[in-house]
Amino acid sequence: MIAELGHFALIIGLCFALMQSLVPMIGSFKGYSSWMRLGYSLSLGQLFFVAISFVCLVCAFLMDDFSLKYVSQNSNTDLPAHYKVSAVWAAHEGSLLLWALILAGWTASVALFSRALPLVFSARILAVLGAISVGFGLFLLFTSNPFERLLPMTPLQGSDLNPLLQDIGLIIHPPMLYMGYVGFAVPFAFAIAALIGGQFDSAWARWSRPWINLAWVFLTLGITLGSWWAYYELGWGGWWFWDPVENASLMPWLVGTALMHSVAATEKRGVFRSWTLLLAIFAFSLSLLGTFLVRSGILTSVHAFAADPERGVFMLMFLAIVIGGSLMLFALRGPAMQKVAAYQGLSREAMLLINNVLLVSSMVMILIGTLYPLVADVLELGKISVGPPYFNFFFVPLSMGLVIAMGIAVFTRWKATASALLMSKIPLPLIIATASGIILPFVLRADSYVGYSVTAGLTLFLTAWLLATIGIDLKDKIGINLTRIAKLSRSYLGMQLAHSGIAICVLGVGLNAAYDEIRELRMAPGQSAMVADYQFDFVGVNRVSGPNFEAYRGQVNVLKNNAPVANLFPEKRQYNAGGQVMTEAALDPSLARDIYVSMGEPLADGAWALSLQVKPFIRCIWLGGVMIGLGGLLAATDRRYRRRKKPSPIMECNNG
Amino acid sequence: MHPIRKQRLQIVLLIVVASSIAAGLMAYMLGQNANYFFTPSQVLQGEAPVDVRVRAGGMVVDGSIERSTDSLDVSFLVTDGLANLKVTYSGILPDLFAEGEAAIATGELDKDNVLRASQVLAKHDENYTPPEVADAMNKAYEVKQKQKSESQSYEAIR
Repeated sequence: MIAELGHFALIIGLCFALMQSLVPMIGSFKGYSSWMRLGYSLSLGQLFFVAISFVCLVCAFLMDDFSLKYVSQNSNTDLPAHYKVSAVWAAHEGSLLLWALILAGWTASVALFSRALPLVFSARILAVLGAISVGFGLFLLFTSNPFERLLPMTPLQGSDLNPLLQDIGLIIHPPMLYMGYVGFAVPFAFAIAALIGGQFDSAWARWSRPWINLAWVFLTLGITLGSWWAYYELGWGGWWFWDPVENASLMPWLVGTALMHSVAATEKRGVFRSWTLLLAIFAFSLSLLGTFLVRSGILTSVHAFAADPERGVFMLMFLAIVIGGSLMLFALRGPAMQKVAAYQGLSREAMLLINNVLLVSSMVMILIGTLYPLVADVLELGKISVGPPYFNFFFVPLSMGLVIAMGIAVFTRWKATASALLMSKIPLPLIIATASGIILPFVLRADSYVGYSVTAGLTLFLTAWLLATIGIDLKDKIGINLTRIAKLSRSYLGMQLAHSGIAICVLGVGLNAAYDEIRELRMAPGQSAMVADYQFDFVGVNRVSGPNFEAYRGQVNVLKNNAPVANLFPEKRQYNAGGQVMTEAALDPSLARDIYVSMGEPLADGAWALSLQVKPFIRCIWLGGVMIGLGGLLAATDRRYRRRKKPSPIMECNNG
Repeated sequence: MHPIRKQRLQIVLLIVVASSIAAGLMAYMLGQNANYFFTPSQVLQGEAPVDVRVRAGGMVVDGSIERSTDSLDVSFLVTDGLANLKVTYSGILPDLFAEGEAAIATGELDKDNVLRASQVLAKHDENYTPPEVADAMNKAYEVKQKQKSESQSYEAIR
């Protein structure tokens, strides 16, 4: 009964979305203000019904209604209640419903917070969002209905949630990521509405900035969480694999980052208008592509779960309509949007242009590396996968370029920067950075005298460079009186926080690449092994049972200079429901280093295959990620976005 | 020249130069890092290059996993139903690696058609078979069917 209610609510939600995509749009062309205003209430109605539908699915999971195919495939009576809830978005159907719910949520908030915009414009934004909802609603109902019944062959027990997904990280990671993916629908709708109306001015750019920031914040946190989850849950201690699915989330992030920076220039100086619109289209298109790649299962990846090619075809068509349609519109209207404003080679505009070029190049390189296997397969060139060296070869130098440019950019001004100013600012951070790059590796590692790590040196150079430039700029703004920090605008502070986050993240990535030590070896109880400065004593293995699994629990005592550091208990679990085996790594975390122990398989004579790892500064990667996200959030709450003001006439900056 | 025209020309030139360099590099790196997939039959027929990073996979043959007693060296056979390929690996195998299940190994082939794997991927979920392996198994199945029908018709003629 509840499932039918959910199904029915979803259909009503789809009807609302259909109305929402048509009525305000037609109204905007005919000039019927009542039709245009209907968009607000339709979007709230859509949210209401999609939410009911979602709650129904959650209830079906909590009540173990295994007559629903989706529930029976992804849940089990033994599953703890919070995992039953998160199992709702563990597979394809439910995660699409979550997608639809989040989209309805973003749409409704646009409806609530866009009253200051001209009616014609906000009506069109809502209509575009409605059209996207229609696409997803149809997709849900026709190819992936989570409310499909298994009658009369109702199973008594469900086949369980994949144990890898039974984890706190997986409760939060997908919703965060989707908030980000779907959030880019708002700037997309904004861009389409602007293109239809043929008008795009600074006030509208200002209106879209907090939306772009928010979507980007969610995506940042979602990617960070995903990387953290993969690190401790997949059991091999890596944090990024250049896997197609990871790439699929990184691409919209890179374009979203470019968009955030280019829309800043559009708002302040009226430059890069059509470029900004194009980026908004790409950010959302790549989000859709990401959903497509994850859910169609066409690529071999560590994330590839059971797949259905028919869905892939629908998704591909949807993708083609969205990307093709919006690019067509852009081709017709985009060039007319461009307003010319001159700026010099040494200006903030130019630095933002460099930022955009580097970010978009990274994205293109990742896109080609990710899609090349697909294209090759279609062209029958063979089945190919592209290895991490390809991605690292391009991404590392491009990121280095970004970090260096970021440091210079804080000292630049709009329109033109006196080169004397830059020449006076740059030497100090450059000296600090060079000194750090040369000296700090010796402080971190005594053995640097034998083998100085260039990777570590470069990393410390970049981190110190970025932090020093940020520090100097802060000092220029507020002097040494730290209480004056409250006087700075939130968007400025947010920027600096996010940029510091990049510095911290780079530190983690680089030092981990330079100093990370891994040993995989066979150990019998009572044996010891040394990794870096740490001694690992393998005590032995016990049998333990959890709520829905049996496990071997090993004990490894870690010592440094004969002083105990930690006692670690990695597990090898076997889940009762599906019999799936899973490694549960044990770690002793700290900011300076993680000690990571995971169990491989049992070998003869009570010995085990063990993976012992010491990973310096790896936490900085996610700490940096969180700082980047919080920086974006801080910037999104800047006071000037909250001012309710009618849009001002187009800012003229034709000084060419 | 008009300053804006000049600026535009500079940008266009920059884009053209940069993107041609980028395209060239990308094509080169893709060529260097593309790991082709081969089925065990293809490997044994000598279609796969020696000492180049390739991927190969199929079902792990029952009873073929051999562990060394004093290290993490392991060897096993993968099959597509027609031919068996020997894979050697040193290290911890993934959780869902098991006899009779799909696995894909990445590594280099030596002259004796043994794949020295640096990475072994197993499926990630119980109901999932990597598309490459599914494809290889299907191909092998078709070949077998064909052989069967040929031998049957041969017998019929006899």
